[in-house]
Amino acid sequence: MASIGDGSERQRIAQQRLRVLAGHLRRLGAEERPGVAAQECRAGAGTTEPDDKPPCSVPKRRQDIMKWNGWGYADSKFFFNKKGQGEFTGKRYRLSGLILPSLKDWFEGTFGANLQHKSPAVPSLNTSAVAPPSLNEAFVEELKSTGIPFSHDTEDRVFRAHGHCLHEIFSLRDGRVGRCPDMVVWPNCHNDVVKIVELACKHSVCLIPYGGGTSVSSALECPPEETRSIVSLDTSQMNRILWIDEKNLTAHVEAGIIGQDLERLLNESGYCTGHEPDSMEFSSLGGWVATRASGMKKNIYGNIEDLVVHIKMVTPRGVIEKSCQGPRMSTGPDIHHFILGSEGTLGVVTEVTLKIRPIPEYQKYGSVVFPNFQQGVACLREVAKQRCAPASIRLMDNEQFQFGHALKPQVSSIFTSFLDGLKKFYITKFKGFDPHHLCVATLLFEGDREKVLQHEKLVYDIAAKFGGLAAGEDNGQRGYMLTFVIAYLRDLGMEYYVIGESFETSVPWDRVLDLCRNVKERIVRECKEKGVQFPPLSTCRVTQTYDAGACVYFYFAFNYRGLSDPVHVYEQVEHAAREEILANGGSLSHHHGVGKLRKEWMQETISSVGLGMLKSVKDYLDPNNIFGNRNLL
Amino acid sequence: MEELYSRRYISYPDGFWDILEERRRTSDLSHALRTFNPQPYKGAPPCSSSELNRAVLESQFLRHVVKEVSAESGEPVEVVRDEASGLLEEMSQNLQLTFIRLLGFSLSKVFKRLFQKILINEEGLNRLQQAIPEHPVILMPNHRSYIDFLVLSYIMFTYDLPIPVIAAGIPLMSMKLIGEIFRRSGAFFIRRAIGDDKLYWALLSEYVRTIVRIGFAPVEFFVEGLRSRTLKSLPPKLGMMHMVLEPFLKGEVYDISLVPISISYDRVLEESLLAHELLGVPKPKETTRGLLKARKILEDDYGSMHVCFGEPLSVRGLAKGTVNRWQYNLVPRDLPAKPSEETLGFVSGVAHLVVRLQEKGMVLSPWSLIATVLLQNPLGMDLDALIQRTCWLRELVEGFGAVLHWTGQVPACEVVLSSLSRHHSVVRCEKGRVTLVEEAGASPATPEEGVFRRAAAVLMCASYRNQALHVFVRPALVATAITSPTVTDEDIFAHFQFLQDVFSNEFIFIPGTSHQDFEEGCSSLRKCGAVQVCDQQIRVTEEGKDTIFFLTAVLEPFIQTYQMVFRHLTNEPDQPFTERQYITGVRSSTLKRILSGDVQSFEALSSDVQKNVLSGLVRMGGVTKLKKGVRSEFRVDKTTIGRIADKLAGKMPPHLTIQSRL
Repeated sequence: MASIGDGSERQRIAQQRLRVLAGHLRRLGAEERPGVAAQECRAGAGTTEPDDKPPCSVPKRRQDIMKWNGWGYADSKFFFNKKGQGEFTGKRYRLSGLILPSLKDWFEGTFGANLQHKSPAVPSLNTSAVAPPSLNEAFVEELKSTGIPFSHDTEDRVFRAHGHCLHEIFSLRDGRVGRCPDMVVWPNCHNDVVKIVELACKHSVCLIPYGGGTSVSSALECPPEETRSIVSLDTSQMNRILWIDEKNLTAHVEAGIIGQDLERLLNESGYCTGHEPDSMEFSSLGGWVATRASGMKKNIYGNIEDLVVHIKMVTPRGVIEKSCQGPRMSTGPDIHHFILGSEGTLGVVTEVTLKIRPIPEYQKYGSVVFPNFQQGVACLREVAKQRCAPASIRLMDNEQFQFGHALKPQVSSIFTSFLDGLKKFYITKFKGFDPHHLCVATLLFEGDREKVLQHEKLVYDIAAKFGGLAAGEDNGQRGYMLTFVIAYLRDLGMEYYVIGESFETSVPWDRVLDLCRNVKERIVRECKEKGVQFPPLSTCRVTQTYDAGACVYFYFAFNYRGLSDPVHVYEQVEHAAREEILANGGSLSHHHGVGKLRKEWMQETISSVGLGMLKSVKDYLDPNNIFGNRNLL
Repeated sequence: MEELYSRRYISYPDGFWDILEERRRTSDLSHALRTFNPQPYKGAPPCSSSELNRAVLESQFLRHVVKEVSAESGEPVEVVRDEASGLLEEMSQNLQLTFIRLLGFSLSKVFKRLFQKILINEEGLNRLQQAIPEHPVILMPNHRSYIDFLVLSYIMFTYDLPIPVIAAGIPLMSMKLIGEIFRRSGAFFIRRAIGDDKLYWALLSEYVRTIVRIGFAPVEFFVEGLRSRTLKSLPPKLGMMHMVLEPFLKGEVYDISLVPISISYDRVLEESLLAHELLGVPKPKETTRGLLKARKILEDDYGSMHVCFGEPLSVRGLAKGTVNRWQYNLVPRDLPAKPSEETLGFVSGVAHLVVRLQEKGMVLSPWSLIATVLLQNPLGMDLDALIQRTCWLRELVEGFGAVLHWTGQVPACEVVLSSLSRHHSVVRCEKGRVTLVEEAGASPATPEEGVFRRAAAVLMCASYRNQALHVFVRPALVATAITSPTVTDEDIFAHFQFLQDVFSNEFIFIPGTSHQDFEEGCSSLRKCGAVQVCDQQIRVTEEGKDTIFFLTAVLEPFIQTYQMVFRHLTNEPDQPFTERQYITGVRSSTLKRILSGDVQSFEALSSDVQKNVLSGLVRMGGVTKLKKGVRSEFRVDKTTIGRIADKLAGKMPPHLTIQSRL
């Protein structure tokens, strides 16, 4: 994975802040019960920023450092330099500032794209194209009196009007903006949220919670049919770790904290959550809970539902939470499971108690090359059967393996390039692997050094039984990097008529191969049928293993030159691919959620009775549909 | 299914090609020994028969069934497994290139003796060639002769296409040497009447599914199940069809291509054998010796045969919107499970569609038309009249969209005369008069024997008419409905549906497509000017009367036979009977009625039609099937039969019909 830290100076400041914070927490812990401490809220006293706020990687004014029409930081992006070589700008990532000599060939070869054919985005947001806010004056008046910060600045609104679905980004690049929230409000703590929700109910305002904005399910899209004033409730300012309980290894955290901050802050006290979804740089704790997120290292740490011990959520009906933090309870259906995956339809998650772990002593990447995808899947299945999966194990298909290779930076010496050549020779010629069939599993081991090494040996031994050859740490690490830069790569593609996206599913083991093959083939055929002029990139990887199945992740992209409505074509193909997934025994979603994008399949997915159950919960908690994003149901 | 049917499939133009032509010019030996390097599906690796058998035996599905069978029978698992392994040995093919070459060589010799031409549509073959690397391919020929599958494999070999694995009946296997040669040319053998032998079903279905899944060779099977004794399409059998479709339905392959193949003969090798079988002389057991004896067949002229490769059907395309594949999500796919109603409906629809497409692709011989005309003139007719009527009929069937093997320039009399001389075993032309040939020999000892001799000739002739029957059946049913005495304008469609229901064991209709069938029938009649349609009313035109008469006459033998059986059953004492008793009973009472002049059509003696009546009655509730141990017995419901008979005779308006079950 990409390392995010940038230098020891920052590290030093952070350490210092940590000491302050730790001191503060200890003081709180000593004098008051933790629950009470959580309810203290400085913002209640005035509009000033709390002085003990930890540094937040994404500021309140997202536009200061984030792209308005693409993924991530404004200073980080791929481009082709004058020599036609790929480059990645900025200083934030391992790839930053490096030259990627094979990117162009891969890009042109895979998509039939051409660097001469550009499809640039509009240079900046035309604020006059955005409809003026329709404000609920009474609500605004009362909100002012609470002192909670809010804004109806156009940029603020536009930033919170979308997630990162292809159609959302494509429109922005075209300078088109749909329905936006009419204002943005930034609660600073749980009590602020309680007040906002009360006011929203009182004045009949529609609330849409906003965390990190990384949704890929149209979850943040404002329903066009909504007639009430829409208020985006941005949780980003609720980003403190309220306490750490070292005896029980839990941390109580405000739900607006984003992944990288949470991890960094915990690291400073020697802990981690180990929850690392691919979006962790920007996605928030509350968002994870609301979508049932999954982390790359779930084999050790578990998915979000395994990690949470306690959730507090504000609903129009009141605050919902449990009375204790017992590790497991038999008290009827777990109310957490109404909240997990509720996608902002029931209320706002404000505070979460999470399990934490000491930072692992040792981390090691690895990779294994298999002669073909079938063998690779068989190996992963065996690893899952023996329940010895490393922190992460992922299997990329051949196309993705080649994709990964296209991101190989320029090698520094002739010697390394010679070594690379030798490796390639060994695998393809000596071992007889067909370069057009071989595939790679990337591995990440974590724990104490000795155990990691033992574990590593065990896994490599299993791999060998399936014809797998160890292929080094570097290949492994690059594989993980791919997941962090893929969204940046999509922005690059969009500069040259290439659009695409990823989607995922989970499926029983015995159907993994069939599903992968059929979905990939369906994509290729649908593209052809829909008039796409060039063969698409249709690739997948198995990203998670479970006892009874696996998570499969697809990338799908194509060159849209010659199409009049490329986004529509894209959506039709993705729709067909989802139909294919479902017909092959795959689930509607493993971790992206349903949002509005996949709503149409909910009834078939959970039965009409199941849907009725969820609806009745919604009706009880939010009879007036204050949380009116219309996701899920 | 309706939607499937309404899609247009290409009709075949004159792009036929004689594959024997080159064989007559170049060496058969070098043809047999040339490099043979077909491109299989997705480059699937070759799979030896032992690998295949192992895969089948070790499959989760089979292990499960073996355990179940063992639990039910009380025999140890090992014993059942050995039994399974033995059955698989008996079943399995052993495709070997050497044998294909041997076969290729000898078939070149044989075919050149037998046929003037073997004509295939190259366009269809090209489509097949393109389909094979894409998806597993299922070759689905109709079955009219033993040599059907030899010809197909021979064509595949000649065109460098993978040799298919063929589902064949077990009787072939028992022919010693031949059985082994067939096995090595890719045939696998299926027992007849598997009944509810669970282990056998499991083996067979897993065997077939595994071949489809791996896709190393196309699977070939006869969806009609049997060789058609009447040369008429048979209602499809669904067991094998389901096995073949399952890998798609369960997502194990992306798609499957079904290729309907229509084989038609100017003259069928087994013609006289067939007629005798239908009259109740049992079919001789297939032996090597029998085949050798058949050498004398080699001396005769069998004209041309046509093999028409239809457009490959995408199973995925057919299933779209018809089958919800989610239904397989909740049960492991490799455990035995009863197919859902929806799936069964789909399988049946596909199977019927294939048979229908086989019919549509069939190239008709002029002889079929001549036979049709002759049957309507049982006492014989003048050659000139025959030629004239045949030409009239040619125009009619071509108008109905049939493809005829009748090259434009050749004068009609030449075509007719050469057909007559080729079929000297059936017809004779003496002094300008054409009559049916009755078996030679001493003059018949009894009147009954005379009837049988006459019937043999009629049935032989009828079987050639049957090859063209599918062209007539829809307009003929409409014609019958229009001319039925009690049918009013509003009831024509209802009566048409009723007739379809009665005859749905006789002719192939895709379930649920009566409307299209009716439309097709009407539009055929309109196109040939036989009827006019105005204000939703169908009127027979003056000049169309002849056509209408001809078409109703085509159906007449069937209607007569059905009525004959209905009468027989309603007159019999009320007690259960077996199928055998039924056949004997019907035969003797038919004989009586023919002798008494009560029944005119000798076709009523055909055991095939008689059996169809029985199945039709079971379907329509006129007869109840009672299971008694291994044998089934039947019990008659005279009122229902009486009602059906009245309706068929046009004595009762059709809206009182019992609900159509089509």
